[in-house]
Amino acid sequence: MKTAAIVGPGNIGTDLLAKLQRSEHVEVRYMVGVVPDSDGLNRAENLGLETSANGVDWLLARPELPDLVFEATSARAHIANAPRYEQAGIQAIDLTPAAVGPLVCPPVNLHEHLTAPNLNMTTCGGQATIPIVAAVAKVTQVPYAEIVASVASKSAGPGTRANIDEFTVTTARAVETIGGAKRGKAIIILNPVEPPMIMRDTVFCAIAPDADQDAITASIEAMVASVARYVPGYTLRAEPQYDPPSDDWHGQARVAVFLEVRGNGDYLPEWAGNLDIMTAAAARVGELLGQTHDS
Amino acid sequence: MTPNDVRITDSTLRDGSHAIRHTFTEEQVRAVVSALDGAGVEVIEVTHGDGLGGSSFNYGFAAVDDITLVRAAVDEATRAKIAVLLLPGLGTVADLKAAADAGASVARIATHCTEADVAIQHFGAARDLGMETVGFLMLAHRLDPAGMARQARIMVDAGAQCVYVTDSAGALVLAEAQDRVSALVAEIGAQAEVGFHGHQNLSLGIANSVLAVNAGARQVDGALCALGAGAGNSPTEVLAATFDRLGISTGIDVQGVLAAAEDVLRPLIPKLPSMDRSSVVQGYAGVYSSFLLHAQRAAERYGVPAHAILTKVGEAGYVGGQEDMIIDVALSLRDELERAGR
Repeated sequence: MKTAAIVGPGNIGTDLLAKLQRSEHVEVRYMVGVVPDSDGLNRAENLGLETSANGVDWLLARPELPDLVFEATSARAHIANAPRYEQAGIQAIDLTPAAVGPLVCPPVNLHEHLTAPNLNMTTCGGQATIPIVAAVAKVTQVPYAEIVASVASKSAGPGTRANIDEFTVTTARAVETIGGAKRGKAIIILNPVEPPMIMRDTVFCAIAPDADQDAITASIEAMVASVARYVPGYTLRAEPQYDPPSDDWHGQARVAVFLEVRGNGDYLPEWAGNLDIMTAAAARVGELLGQTHDS
Repeated sequence: MTPNDVRITDSTLRDGSHAIRHTFTEEQVRAVVSALDGAGVEVIEVTHGDGLGGSSFNYGFAAVDDITLVRAAVDEATRAKIAVLLLPGLGTVADLKAAADAGASVARIATHCTEADVAIQHFGAARDLGMETVGFLMLAHRLDPAGMARQARIMVDAGAQCVYVTDSAGALVLAEAQDRVSALVAEIGAQAEVGFHGHQNLSLGIANSVLAVNAGARQVDGALCALGAGAGNSPTEVLAATFDRLGISTGIDVQGVLAAAEDVLRPLIPKLPSMDRSSVVQGYAGVYSSFLLHAQRAAERYGVPAHAILTKVGEAGYVGGQEDMIIDVALSLRDELERAGR
């Protein structure tokens, strides 16, 4: 069992708390904000957590510090807080785009970073698509992978909107470093349709014309099952689609994978699969860190 | 900004790129730029159909990269400014900087009509690079005039010097185009210009453009021979001729631009866009024009009709950039047909 604090009692922090309350390996003790009497703090208090609106100063002054801190604030806040957590010996799981620590995706590379003082949860599109790129790359070389994440406009907050390049650049890099593609590209689309659309992701991987399609499909299906352990609404919309090499694609063959990410509807609505997969992946990291600790 | 009543931006080498699957060569770009520049067209847009960074599985790989083509266009133009398109979420500030380094001087930043705030960082970057800035509010039929005006305000506050009512689906019918332009002129007219970008899916590109200008638009888009997504764009040569007849100056020599269309562009293009069943369905159902060729390819691959795919795409409310959903829709249509015991 590991003890934990959540810093940032907004939508993300509140949804994360709901998920971690189901964990046998993580006990959330503290919820920390900066706005007194906020809805998120009140909720956490009603659930029996120790809460404060006095920020990280309050947290670091607790007689019993948590083992883990989940940061659900902003990149700027996390960059300021990260060295303080590290100095206090608290392992940080960062849901902001700060990328202070290594980018992680639980079913792909978490085992490489279990003892890192700071883990970054990459991006929502990355959490949804990198497992698939990695599943293909496990079977065959992937010279190029491209991901398209479509999310409901309502689920894209002001931070994402003000710096959308951060999403494309960070996700593309993670498709390469975690997913194992030689070159990565990421595209994000915001769709305002009502009722809001459930998050959709498409993964295109360039593959050799003679790549083993059955093995690739099996690897993808196994990976979808791994992700579905912590995001039950993570599903394939159709069988992976294989297309032969084409001059239009500079002679590359292609596999295309169509995903739907329906959230668990804990605190966030079901259609906000992009936010849910971040909190679910962060909770999964906590869970795996707690398990490792217990065993 | 222009000494003329209306400034026409020709998008043959950007929107037109959709119609030939992004296969423009450097030589073709030079020929078209030279002809347009000679005819007095003030701005020429040169980019992958989906803008900088558009070369991809999802939108189609370009035969020649954007920056090479922009550099050639800049080299060829003697008077015209070279513009580039960028869709935030696809292209990045780094791409914009590369285009500016290659000599592009107009940055056109496009978002879905309700999502202007994703472009704030790109308008800021474009102005810092010393570029002229134009905002595109795409699929304008999906938002009412007042909503469009609020989104235009966000773009202008971020640094846009002109905001376009962008009828990406060719779905606006006459007063619908005019009312949106009027609303934008009322909201941003004191600080910025208003533009109109039309498509021919319901054959209203020219008529809507004239109404837009009557409502106060100062910038209008066209493409030679209507080369563009869907049934194509408002033909530049017809815009020039029509505005000339109306006594609205564009600075374009009508005979020169007619020759550019007939003698320079037409021989380069194996199959020009047309108002066929699928493209009319796009205008009718309000579907992003550049989905057309992707739907045709998916139709061929999965044995379902392209117009049926496009109708479903319209019902689902997919927006520009969601080309991947076309394959998804084609797959579910195929399954539906199979279940129905075809």
